[in-house]
This record gives sequence, C-alpha cells and structure tokens, in this order.
Amino acid sequence: MRITCPYCGERDRREFYYRGAAVDLDRPAPDADEAAWDDFVYQRENPAGPTRELWYHEGGCGAWIVVTRNTMTHEMIDVQLASEAQE
Amino acid sequence: MRFSGLRVLKEGLTGNKGWTPHWREPEPKSEYDIVIIGGGGHGLSTAYYLAKEYGLTNIAVLEKGYIGGGNIGRNTTIVRANYFLQGNSEFYSHSLKLWEGLEEDLNYNVMHSQRGIINLFHSDGQRDAAARRGNMMISQGDDAILLNRDELKKMVPYLNFDDLRFPLYGGLYHPRGGTARHDAVAWGYARGADQRGVDLIQNCEVTGIDIENGAVRGVQTSRGPIRAKKVAMVAAGRSGQVAAMAEMRLPIESHVLQAFVTEGLKPCIDHVVTFGMGHFYISQSDKGGLVFGGDLDFYASYAARGNLPTVESVMEAGMALMPMIGKARVLRSWGGIMDMSPDGSPIIDKTDIEGLYLNCGWNYGGFKAVPGSGNVFAHLIATDRYHENATGFRLDRFRTGRGIIDEEGKGSQHNLH
Repeated sequence: MRITCPYCGERDRREFYYRGAAVDLDRPAPDADEAAWDDFVYQRENPAGPTRELWYHEGGCGAWIVVTRNTMTHEMIDVQLASEAQE
Repeated sequence: MRFSGLRVLKEGLTGNKGWTPHWREPEPKSEYDIVIIGGGGHGLSTAYYLAKEYGLTNIAVLEKGYIGGGNIGRNTTIVRANYFLQGNSEFYSHSLKLWEGLEEDLNYNVMHSQRGIINLFHSDGQRDAAARRGNMMISQGDDAILLNRDELKKMVPYLNFDDLRFPLYGGLYHPRGGTARHDAVAWGYARGADQRGVDLIQNCEVTGIDIENGAVRGVQTSRGPIRAKKVAMVAAGRSGQVAAMAEMRLPIESHVLQAFVTEGLKPCIDHVVTFGMGHFYISQSDKGGLVFGGDLDFYASYAARGNLPTVESVMEAGMALMPMIGKARVLRSWGGIMDMSPDGSPIIDKTDIEGLYLNCGWNYGGFKAVPGSGNVFAHLIATDRYHENATGFRLDRFRTGRGIIDEEGKGSQHNLH
C-alpha cells in the first residue's frame, strides 16, 4: 500500500501513522452532550468500502492528511491535507 | 452417529463406508424462536448451548458463506486464560474450563492440546508485571508459573537469549494454555447443535432486520424472510454491517490481522511462545507447520489480506527471537478481520431493541473465547440476565465510562489494543 502525500508525493505506507476514521475533523464542542462525545470517541461508521481516515506523515513532512480509501480492496481514492479538508 | 475408538476401527476395516454427513442441510423454515446471524465459532456455540442447556431447539443459524469459512478458519488457534482484569479474567477462566471438557461434551476430537503458553519478558519491570499478572491468574483459580532465565533455558533452549535489545529475563508460563484444531471446533459445535435440532442454514445472507414498535420481528435473507421472536447478531468481522441493519452504530473499527504457516517440520516447538515486544507469537501445529503471527496492519480493512510491511516485521521478530526457524519455508499467509473495540474487550449484551442481542468486539481474542462466548450468550438470550462470568461486557460502558476493561491501558483508539 502506498500513499500519495500532497507535499512529498507517493510514499511507502510505513512512513505514515494511522489515526483512524476522520472523525477528528468534526470534534464536538467542549460542552456538547454525552451522546456527541460517545459518538466522537467510540462509535464508528466502519464501512466496508470507501472510508475517510486520518493519517500522519510521521516519517516525512509531518502533515496530517485525510485519505479516502477502500477498505475492501485497499485502493487509494483520494488524499488531501487535513487543514484543507477541515475548511 | 457417535464417534468412538471402536467405531473408527470398524469403519477402517469395512472401507469407511458408514460415515455420514456431520449435519443436515435443511431449507429455512418461515419462523423460528431464535435466529442467530453468523455461523462462525461463536454463533455455533451459542446455538449449541441454547439447545443443550436451555432446551431451546427451534433455532436457525444463518451463515452467509459456509460453516468454518470465517474467522474460525482464519486464526492461530491459541487457547488461554491469562487475563489480568476483572471482567475478562473470570470470563476466560470460564471459557478455558469449557475447553477442558469440550471433546467429551461434543463427542468430537477438537485436538485441544494444553501444551502451555510462555509469555517472555526482557527487563526487571516486565518481570514485575508478569509476576503481578501471574498472581491475578492464580487468584482467579487458573495456573501461572514465573520462570527465571535458567528455567526458561531448560524449556525453550532454542531461543536467542542474548539479543541486545530484548535479552530474555524469563517468562510467565501458563501450563493449561495451548492450542486446538480451529476447524474441528466449528464442526464439532455445528454437529452438536444440529443433532439437537438446530437448523444450520448456509449460503444465507441476512439482508435486513425487521423491527416493529421497538421489538425485533425477524430477518430478511437471500433465501427469503424468516420471522423470529429473538435475533442474535454474532458476526464479528462484519458486526458493523449487521448492526447497521438495525440502525445501530457500534464502537468497532475492523482491522486486518495477518498470520502465517510454514511447511511441516519435525516437532521442535513444544509450547506456544509469545514475544510481546517483537509483536510475535508462535506454536507448532500437530501437522508440523509453524503457525505464527504478529500485530495488526493498523489500518481499517475488510480485505482479509494484509500488506508486506507487516509481513517483514513479523519475520524480523521471529528471526530475532528464534534464528533456528530461518530456513523454514512459509507456505501460506492469511488475514482475519478483527472487530477492534475501544478498550480491547468484547461486547455481549442486549440492545435497546427488544429481542435483539449483540455479541461482537472480539479484537484478536475470539478463538479461545468460542466456548465461553456461546455459553454466556446463550444464557443471556435464554434468560435475559447476564451470566455471572460475563457481567462486564456491556455495550454502554463506553458511553458511561463505567466498567471499561482496558487490559493494556492503551486508551480509546481502536487499533491500539
């Protein structure tokens, strides 16, 4: 599996740290209710198919990136910077 | 058909013509008391104990593929009860006791082999942690022996004791741990459930769960609708998709865990040996193959296969620990789909929907739990009360924060357990 970092180009998967589903882009407000925090910290869509997830280019430029990837085939569909995805 | 030594002799002398199929191939009926979604180890054992211990036999187990084709056929067959935390330890202790009587109970040779498990440690701090874990195991009523370096050397002389990064200080030995033949476990439970009247329906995928006024009414399947008073979701590896049919989200992320087996070799590894620091563990099957594995690939996946970086890291760890295996050829590798939960412990609970029950989140610990999981889940389905050895596996523990069972203290990120 190779991931195309927006800054560094196509790199070995080993350079990247996997955080999980890209829920961090939509963090609840500090005073959000228990259900919102439960949803954010624990509950997952966990799709069998395309999914959006957060990876960190630990062994490269240090960028957090949003990878759209197919969990059935490991196909890389799209990569963008987390900072841009969030806007 | 009962198995016995006499029967094996007789069949051997008469051309093996008297063996019959282990279970029927029934057409699904239009209604059952209980429908179990998932004909894996846990679903089959659930059906078996419902029939055996609660006399409930109007049950269908719906399997979208074939019996033995899911994670029950894609694991490394290790059986143990060496957990530390309350919640887990009494449950796995219960499961191990069921293992110890399983072959007589099922009249089936599951090749359960209590060859012992050795968890290695490499520092004074890790020795203390191992001693503490061992004491917890003993206080649970199970067995644990702390081995020093010399004792370890006598038992497993082939290890590399003086690796610079991870020198061996000793090991925590769990003599009642071991392995079993994974397929035979599925077949034995399937046969036992079938003999008691449970219908095992293969090639039958559940496509919908019918819910009316907050109560479950049945399921839609690729072989037509089936009404049911109670429905049990036991589809670890695909829990999320099954739960979605009941409009539930689960605290689960699915990950791939790879394992490997070599060509058959003469007996050389007598125990299960785990090298936690290298994310490596190994045993030798009765056929002679070295069965070993490592850690997750760490990304979500349903592909049932992994990537090469993990293969390389597992092989490196194996070579660091036991250089003698370097010339063995790897014959096969495979990936299982792991229900990774946020605390590394499973979920066995009712849901908010009346008559709908949930069993999932087995992380990498599902195989050894097969007897215990089915046993306590059958208790829950039959009586609507938690089994005394499975009160902690509650679905709401994440939302409330009460009763989190995080053995390794790794926090809520699913893939870190």
